[in-house]
Amino acid sequence: MPTETSRSETTVEQTPAAGISALRQLFRNLRTTPRQFRGSLIRHGRPTSDRAASEAVFGNLFIHILPTRIHRYSLRIRATLGLGVITLVLFFLLVLTGIALMVYYKPSTDQAYDSMKEIWYVVPTGRFVRNIHRWSAHAMVVCVILHMARAFYTGAYKAPRQFNWVVGMMLFVLTLGLSFTGYLLPWDQLAYWAVTIGSEIAHSPREVTDGLGVTSWLDIGGFLKRLLLGANNVGQEALIRFYVLHVMVLPLVTTILLAVHFWRIRKDGGLTRPPSADLIPLATTAAGPATSPQKTYGLMAVVRGRTPLVDRSIANTIPTHPNALYAIAALSMFTLAMMLALGYFFDAPLKELANPAVPENPAKAPWYFLGLQELVSYSAFTGGLGIPALVVLGLMLVPYLDRETANAGVWFDGPRGRLVCLASALFTVLVVISTLIFTVQYGWLRNWYPQIPQVVITLVNPGMMFLAIFMAWSFAVTWLTNSTRMGALAVFTCFLVSFAILTYFATVHRGPNWGFYWSPSEWPTH
Amino acid sequence: MSTDLQSSKRFQTPKERRDFLGLASLWSAGIALVIGLLGALRLPVPAVFPESNSRVKLGPRQRFEGTRVTWFPEYRLWVYSTGGELYAISAICTHLGCTVAAQEGGGFYCPCHGSRFGPVGAVIAGPAPRALTHLALSISPDGQVVVDQHEEVSPETRLKV
Repeated sequence: MPTETSRSETTVEQTPAAGISALRQLFRNLRTTPRQFRGSLIRHGRPTSDRAASEAVFGNLFIHILPTRIHRYSLRIRATLGLGVITLVLFFLLVLTGIALMVYYKPSTDQAYDSMKEIWYVVPTGRFVRNIHRWSAHAMVVCVILHMARAFYTGAYKAPRQFNWVVGMMLFVLTLGLSFTGYLLPWDQLAYWAVTIGSEIAHSPREVTDGLGVTSWLDIGGFLKRLLLGANNVGQEALIRFYVLHVMVLPLVTTILLAVHFWRIRKDGGLTRPPSADLIPLATTAAGPATSPQKTYGLMAVVRGRTPLVDRSIANTIPTHPNALYAIAALSMFTLAMMLALGYFFDAPLKELANPAVPENPAKAPWYFLGLQELVSYSAFTGGLGIPALVVLGLMLVPYLDRETANAGVWFDGPRGRLVCLASALFTVLVVISTLIFTVQYGWLRNWYPQIPQVVITLVNPGMMFLAIFMAWSFAVTWLTNSTRMGALAVFTCFLVSFAILTYFATVHRGPNWGFYWSPSEWPTH
Repeated sequence: MSTDLQSSKRFQTPKERRDFLGLASLWSAGIALVIGLLGALRLPVPAVFPESNSRVKLGPRQRFEGTRVTWFPEYRLWVYSTGGELYAISAICTHLGCTVAAQEGGGFYCPCHGSRFGPVGAVIAGPAPRALTHLALSISPDGQVVVDQHEEVSPETRLKV
């Protein structure tokens, strides 16, 4: 067992030296107090040696979530694109601006809209802070999706990181939930009708229970709607419920899951990296002992696996302090600068006061839900609940269905995977665009057979067709390539590309009455 | 060191009796937790709705004489009167709750997702799962026409005034 070397540069003077009066000692203590205080605050010396740098990370509550040494590959841009850190910075930014907005916002149907106007016109920097909050929320959704794609395409869901992928999916759903609950709070037309539609989507299991004729004793839809709104319509009860969810429940759950997410990165052996990352001798590997670092293994003796750097040398690793800290600081600065610029130059939308009698036309959800809204325009239950639930559950299952660990950490799994992703993207473009053209041109089942039972439409509609076709495509790819990883890459690419196309289509080409228009400039005016 | 630990008493298989007691306490704790959570979940499900009475007076019966259509924006419904017979159609779209608009020459359309309905509210096109709701009408003792916004009736139902 190595003995503890002196942790502090400063010497500690505890007892009065002989021959000096206590009073004199007191003044001497007073003079040296700043130095003593600094020594008690940061007990290690300047991080000039590897050991002190490790202690700087190890001994600090706020950065000890990072390992003391980090693999060189993990700091390369290609390893993560920095997306996880950017997402975290956005979350912090949202918490800070959100708390600031809470000071003035009043969650009451009479005052909510007025307090939005107050924040905009009266509160010092209120408009700027609200803009940052709104744009950061949008950016966070984008970054979560990109981060998910990065993790998927580099195979970061593979053993032993399966569970962290599941946690990541939960965080994805929570991010969307946070965005959606925040959407109601301004109490403007957009908010009111987006949430009316959202709560009716929660109500949509009725579509199925009505079809089966069991609504009278199994009314899941009605229960969900009452739970969400606390009433039959969107009103004061709904506003306060969404407020509680938005400022307390969901941020709390998100924070806890974020902690689990980061903890698991450490416990799963750091960020995923390709096998080649350890094969290539890096020119300037940090000087250090070639064998394991000096460490006590008391607990490690009963812990197995990759948790600490047991049995592995610290070759290819570099001290976290300052290397990773600089990278994180740079990403934080970048994110902050982007959000400040967006908030300064672009105003977050605020429509007129909510009017329960007249819906917006078209009543569009926020952009990240517009792909779903396109599917909802075929069947409320399938598009609003059925397909999202199946997609989220399906993606959560991927690590347990694809267990090939070869090439983990390699983008797109190499040349063959790149080809599969490209083919899947083209296939998806073909399927989705031709289906959209078909439905715009010819309508769907109800237009041809008005008497058709609702259950048939709930089961057979473009959304379900996409799901079936993409599943079939994924099975075909798995069979053709004899690889589950290729099948997983195919199905994820289908999901990502169809999400993008549907979002684009509903944003640009859907106008009043959800009709098709080439551009918003063609919308009829009253 | 590790072999010492594994051969020590703490790592030996526990006795079956111990196992039973352990499992029993674990399960009782788990069940208590679940029941407690279910009880707590009862709170956010409202027992009383904050909305005012679903039955509202629409006006004296004389107002609905002759052949006319009356739109009540605050309750989002139409009252149709033809030859002393009344019926009410709710304007709340059965798809996702938007307010439908009446079309020129009969029928309705929904601005949100493009559902179209016939003259008495039957679905013609779009994602709406059901026809527009016909609401129950009645006459109050003081001669007013009363609608119950939560009571659905068949499309053939008519109120004679």
